[in-house]
Amino acid sequence: MSAGESQQAVVDSVTGRPIPLPGNDIDTDQIIPARYMTAVTFDGLGQHAFQDLRFEQDGQPKAHPMNDPRFRAKGPRVAIVNKNFGCGSSREHAPQALWRWGVHALVGESYADIFFNNCVAMGLPCVTMSEAEIERLMASVNEDPDHDLVVSLATMMLTYRHQSYAIEMPEGARKRLRTGAWDATGQLVQALPQVREIAGRLPYVQGFRS
Amino acid sequence: MGKSLLDKVWDLHAVRELDSGQTQLFIGLHLVHEVTSPQAFAMLREAGLDVPFPDRTFATVDHIIPTDSQARPLRDGQAEVMLTEIEKNCRRHGIRFFDPASGHQGIVHVIGPELGLTQPGMTIACGDSHTSTHGAFGAVALGIGSSQVRDVLASQTLAMARPKVRRIEVQGKLGPGVFAKDVILHIIRILGVKGGVGFAYEYAGSVFDAMSMEERMTVCNMSIEGGARLGYVNPDDITFEYLRGRPYAPPADRFEEAVAWWRTVGSDADAEYADVVRIAASDIAPTVTWGINPGQAIGVDAEIPDPSSFDKHERDVVEDAYQYMGWHEGDRIAGTKIDVAFIGSCTNGRLSDLREAARVAKLGRVAPNVKALVVPGSQDVARAAEAEGLDRVFRDAGFEWRLPGCSMCLAMNPDKLQGRQVCASSSNRNFKGRQGSPSGRTLLMSPAMVAAAAIQGVVTDVREVLGKGNA
Ligand code: SF4
Repeated sequence: MSAGESQQAVVDSVTGRPIPLPGNDIDTDQIIPARYMTAVTFDGLGQHAFQDLRFEQDGQPKAHPMNDPRFRAKGPRVAIVNKNFGCGSSREHAPQALWRWGVHALVGESYADIFFNNCVAMGLPCVTMSEAEIERLMASVNEDPDHDLVVSLATMMLTYRHQSYAIEMPEGARKRLRTGAWDATGQLVQALPQVREIAGRLPYVQGFRS
Repeated sequence: MGKSLLDKVWDLHAVRELDSGQTQLFIGLHLVHEVTSPQAFAMLREAGLDVPFPDRTFATVDHIIPTDSQARPLRDGQAEVMLTEIEKNCRRHGIRFFDPASGHQGIVHVIGPELGLTQPGMTIACGDSHTSTHGAFGAVALGIGSSQVRDVLASQTLAMARPKVRRIEVQGKLGPGVFAKDVILHIIRILGVKGGVGFAYEYAGSVFDAMSMEERMTVCNMSIEGGARLGYVNPDDITFEYLRGRPYAPPADRFEEAVAWWRTVGSDADAEYADVVRIAASDIAPTVTWGINPGQAIGVDAEIPDPSSFDKHERDVVEDAYQYMGWHEGDRIAGTKIDVAFIGSCTNGRLSDLREAARVAKLGRVAPNVKALVVPGSQDVARAAEAEGLDRVFRDAGFEWRLPGCSMCLAMNPDKLQGRQVCASSSNRNFKGRQGSPSGRTLLMSPAMVAAAAIQGVVTDVREVLGKGNA
């Protein structure tokens, strides 16, 4: 899978080390502060993901899961979050920063609408579980973080340390990821003839000339 | 059974249903700014795609633009790179760019309406969450990410799931010193910052009927802070009169035709809603946020809530907010010392906001040790305010009168808080670090309340200040 690249790929399952990012209402200003957005590309955003929660202003690391040696295994990660993750600004810089830091899937209680859409549009799956199940998974990870976690969009199951959890995702988003149609552009452009037809029918596009 | 505005506009713009269950939705107006568009234009180039409807996209520069001097090249090299990039992209694709030299530059959600680009019955998209502002006109206005900006550029459409509609009725009359900002802060406080997820908010009732377009924009602007996908007010004569004569509004000889169509897009009287919420206007006080999300708000005369009074689900967030803000037991919001006062943003940077703030500023001088900034939302707002002498009122009272931009709303330009400074702000977000200092503290309130805080040096009930002024 290659989020953010034009290559279309099927996202059927993601395997990675878990990283808990607990807290409700984590906004995109926290995920990537605006001062790192003064660039014309998304490059380099990964190193600033959660900058102000991870580092003091003098650069000293703070206590944060992303600095915790227990969660510093190399390779793809699956982030475990709570409610309303990604609220606030619509900046796609937020999922891009997570992706570039190594997050290849998220599992949580709920997501803000625009954040969720941005993730799907990059091929980055966000699945949900109940509060109790998230609590159970976080506890299991905190007990022993050294295993791969598997998120399967095929079976809608998450597995960790031989335990299974049922996950959910709106069917449309799931289908887009599983068929590699998460990047909608190609499909949207195909319909340009119909698009012109709709434009031709809208009075304001036609300058209210009836 | 009748239809809501959302359903009517959606159906009029639906190109087709996609396999994913989403709708491919035609976008009537696309607005673009410098922060979320360069990546989209780059993706477009990589995919070898064109912009088929360049005259339905308009661009401006707002987030990174300095508000002291906009002389080129901009002092901040990175800001100059971003400005140059959007210039190049617009030129390449034939997109109209309202740069500072155009005389119409400003915050994207201020210029769309004032130029008459934003109209009832349209679908509007912009790579910015506060696109919900445009819903004030009875448009379906969607904030999107950069990949979707690319989609709109390439196809003039978006793949979108239709939200449910919650009607929020506020009936009665607002008390003196209570503004549109207080209404929306009150709504978010009641319904919560997650309450609107999956919903479009339809604002209705006598309070919204009586509001000016600028006030309706303030309310719709912060729909996103309530978690809603978008917010709107059904168009009426106030909407139509606002649009008459604006540069991109339908010309005089077709205006009545336009009005006739606009009248058809509003919600039917018997429209069905997924949910209805009723609020009494008399319950709404001048409202101030005390915490780190816009739902953590109280009436200006209230005590900061004790974290232990919240239920288990909310307590962590509330405790975090309480500590970050540095409250102590028994603290009240009124009397809280401020260091900075910021009047501006797409929520409250329009002419009527500046007028209300100036009415208060006239009654005093900015307190010693307070830095007070007025940043008009656009060059058009600035010109209109200067024509009325508002700039002089502010300057005489010790406020700085700046050039238009987003400024300290998100501090991507040099206007930033320092350290743990406390800012009385007319903007829309009080997230940790939002105003440029990772430990800075933001108190959201109406522009009149910000002006009152600026001259008193502490959070003050604007009704008291105005009461004295009248006496
Ligand atoms: S004023 Fe603030 S909220 Fe509005 S567009 Fe600018 S940065 Fe965003």
